[in-house]
Amino acid sequence: MQPNRLAAAAALTALPLLIPLPAQPHGFAGERFFPATLLTDDPFVADEMSLPTFTINPTGTDGSRQFDLDVDISKRLTPDIGITLGDTWEHVRPKGMPSVTGLGTFHTELDWQFFTSAPHEATAMVGLHSSWAHTGRVQALGADDFTTLSPLLDFGKGFGDLPESLPWLRPVAVTGNLSLDFPTKTESAGNPNPNNFNYGFAFEYSLEYLQHHVKDVGLAPPFDHMVPLVEVSFSTALNRGMSGQTIGTVQPGVIWSGQYMQVGAEAIIPATRQAGHGYGALVQLHFYLDDIFPNSFGRPLFGE
Amino acid sequence: MRRHLVSLALLAGALAIGAATSAWAHAFLDHASPAVGSTVAAAPAELQLFFTQELEPAFSGVTLSSGDGRAIATGAAAIDPQNRAEMVLKLPPLAPGHYRVSWHAVSVDTHRTEGAFTFDVQP
Repeated sequence: MQPNRLAAAAALTALPLLIPLPAQPHGFAGERFFPATLLTDDPFVADEMSLPTFTINPTGTDGSRQFDLDVDISKRLTPDIGITLGDTWEHVRPKGMPSVTGLGTFHTELDWQFFTSAPHEATAMVGLHSSWAHTGRVQALGADDFTTLSPLLDFGKGFGDLPESLPWLRPVAVTGNLSLDFPTKTESAGNPNPNNFNYGFAFEYSLEYLQHHVKDVGLAPPFDHMVPLVEVSFSTALNRGMSGQTIGTVQPGVIWSGQYMQVGAEAIIPATRQAGHGYGALVQLHFYLDDIFPNSFGRPLFGE
Repeated sequence: MRRHLVSLALLAGALAIGAATSAWAHAFLDHASPAVGSTVAAAPAELQLFFTQELEPAFSGVTLSSGDGRAIATGAAAIDPQNRAEMVLKLPPLAPGHYRVSWHAVSVDTHRTEGAFTFDVQP
């Protein structure tokens, strides 16, 4: 290659680095901003980190109490493909027995956000969630001694495209998750590992959308950036003698979204007998890495 | 394990401080004049949009259309040099009616956001 052509090629290659072009921030579909939900999966890829999520679980069916500390980090490989890594530090107090602490099962997820519609505030993503065998305390905490692969479909829809005659419904949004578990062992220590169908939804009412896109009702900070929501998540066994057994929770709460991070809190209400009894709660601090590090770690590794 | 928890707490604290002091993020609409969804007694001479972050003028703009969707001719939107988080659009005389404002904004970190809202001018 001629030296001047080489220089021109190098300049063209470097141009995007010198003149940053507009980029799509996390969690947006048109005017709609979807906050990162606490219980269910987000329907978009992003550079973000939950650090930490602290959970006080409802009392277990055997009378045990469990406290969890979760860390999750997500990174975009391209603008539409991302990975997530996560783990949980668990503290379990079995009834009448000494407490046990340690790591739960390490999990990863690879996602492709294949659909985004700005006019209809809609987004959809497919992925593969994997929880990996022998990555937590199997004997003491019941962490998995088998790997589970779970293909998934996540979606989100904002209702800002409703007619202007329905102003109070336009801040509503719904996100959802559907997935199927495929464990690599049919049983562990004599207990069956069934295929499970997992389904969860988040019903959101964005006060930010109401205040800044529909009608200025005079909300002041911090209320103008709050999203009250109710999340539900269920898992139903499909086979291996456990067919139809369902575990699930209902979690009402609120998320406050700022420029660089969000804070969320939810109550945990068991929705099935297997989910325990009493109430639990969780709080989460969540960071938008694409806003904190816009020119380095917060950008996709390739393609932007 | 306690040492790991302390490390996690320190990392979360450092990120929170970094987030609180960072200067860049995507731009949300903070408020507008005329206000979002409002009804005004007299036609405004200009439209003012106030954002949560400073804007890149080359990639930011605002348009106005009537209630039946027809575009209304205006000049180009301008970023206030004294306050780069404010975008101003000079308006022609507006007849009473329903109007739709559509904006797009690119903040200084290059993140693009967009939005729309309506207002009414009383007869």
